[in-house]
Amino acid sequence: MVEEIGTTDKGELIINVGPQHPATHGVLHLVITLDGETVRKVEPHLGYIHRSIEKMSESLSYRQFIYATSRMDYLSAHINNHACAMAVEKGLQLEVPERAQVIRVLMGELTRIASHVLWWGAMAMDIGAFTPFFHAFREREMINDIMEESCGARLTMNYMVPGGVMYDIHPNFHRRVKEFIAQFKRKLPEYDELVTGNTIFRARTRGVGVLSKEDAISYGCSGPTGRASGVDCDIRKVQPYGIYDRLDFQQIIGTEGDTYSRYLVRMQEMRQSLHIIEQLIDNIPEGDFQAKTKAVLKVPKGEYYSRVETARGDFGVYLVSEGGLTPYRIKYRSPGFSNLSALDHTVRGQKIGDLVAIMGSFDLVIPDIDR
Amino acid sequence: MTTEALITVMAEVAPDAVVDTAGEWPNFQVSAEAWPDLARLIRHREDLRFDYLFCLTCVDWKTHLTMVYHLSSTAYRHTMVVKVKLDRETPVIQTVSDIWRTAEFHEREVFELFGVNFTGHPDLRKLILPDDWTGYPLRKDYEDPVNMIKL
Repeated sequence: MVEEIGTTDKGELIINVGPQHPATHGVLHLVITLDGETVRKVEPHLGYIHRSIEKMSESLSYRQFIYATSRMDYLSAHINNHACAMAVEKGLQLEVPERAQVIRVLMGELTRIASHVLWWGAMAMDIGAFTPFFHAFREREMINDIMEESCGARLTMNYMVPGGVMYDIHPNFHRRVKEFIAQFKRKLPEYDELVTGNTIFRARTRGVGVLSKEDAISYGCSGPTGRASGVDCDIRKVQPYGIYDRLDFQQIIGTEGDTYSRYLVRMQEMRQSLHIIEQLIDNIPEGDFQAKTKAVLKVPKGEYYSRVETARGDFGVYLVSEGGLTPYRIKYRSPGFSNLSALDHTVRGQKIGDLVAIMGSFDLVIPDIDR
Repeated sequence: MTTEALITVMAEVAPDAVVDTAGEWPNFQVSAEAWPDLARLIRHREDLRFDYLFCLTCVDWKTHLTMVYHLSSTAYRHTMVVKVKLDRETPVIQTVSDIWRTAEFHEREVFELFGVNFTGHPDLRKLILPDDWTGYPLRKDYEDPVNMIKL
């Protein structure tokens, strides 16, 4: 399976990046064909963290299978869980209480900020700036603390259940989120000063790794990667779920489709997420946090598809039920998988050093790709 | 395009398709022979323009396999599902990776996990599993006493 390091008959060099490499942020293995410093071809080899979650889900109950999805895109655990809970709710035709809907969106947007913040630190580190990583983790830590209090976990929250959320929010939730909003508002301009306006950063990212709109659509790119190329693919807008149709926020769409554009989209999305949280934090309605459900869930025979916008893009759950206690088939449409398929096309002709910058801007999470 | 209008247009371009409107989006079941031409048509026809293949997968129904394509249009925002029944013993279907390039990876995944052969695929190899893996793990009759833990 692993191609040996060597040269092609055209004199091109074949090298392996990963599966253990700091720039791939996980066990991604790329076989790269190089002509001098120019990348001719990138071939991803997947499966190093494949756990066959789809197969596992076929033997788990409708309450249990949701937990496995926290381990896919672990930076968007809440949003993945939300999609699964919604698929079951669609099948059961469950009405989710308003309080739970608001909590779900609040948690989802906090997750998005935490994910984008981590990406921002990691992306800067990929390019050679180490300090932003510490700034990023300072703010991310605040979100993790909020999650820990309400959900009982910092990373794999498993907080969304069919019908609502597992527990009510912690009494400190409101105060802590308010503190976070104040802190993040103060610090975001610093982020821009540190990286966005940095001459070296701009030189490394502008015009690098351009993905055209047509290609982005054809490769099924979504999330900030798709939007930077001008595709309006924010599921929160194009196919609103939860209470997103009642919220005031913008879909950030770039034009250039280069690495810098992907960077800018995420930076602005953090501000939009903050804006959503500000709208909701003082308006959490009273009431139940979970709808009344039977102890054992049986989804009626049929097919259900739920789509959400994770920090990485269009995450879909295709649930096929035969009316039994477990799903007959589950397919997770992960955004990273489709985004990765566009990587080869994007990096061809670029320099090897830019590969790391481009990969950073794609924001790949490997467990999300392998599933 | 509304669901009704979409069904009308599809009845015109694919008269043999079996329509199912039970789900969220209209489902059209077509034959494996009709699919390649239909795929090209719905991708390029001006009033359809299904340019975004957001999900491609397969379901093992024990008697047959069903390929499931979730398509939407970024221009018109309509969505539909196309299903193609395949023989379980020798599942063969034409690739759509030349129409929607995202299909290249998705088809490789279906190839290794379900054993579907995609004719015309540019690079049909295992993507996730090791090269020496035998059997198709996502099929219902797949048994693996070592790697599979049954609850």
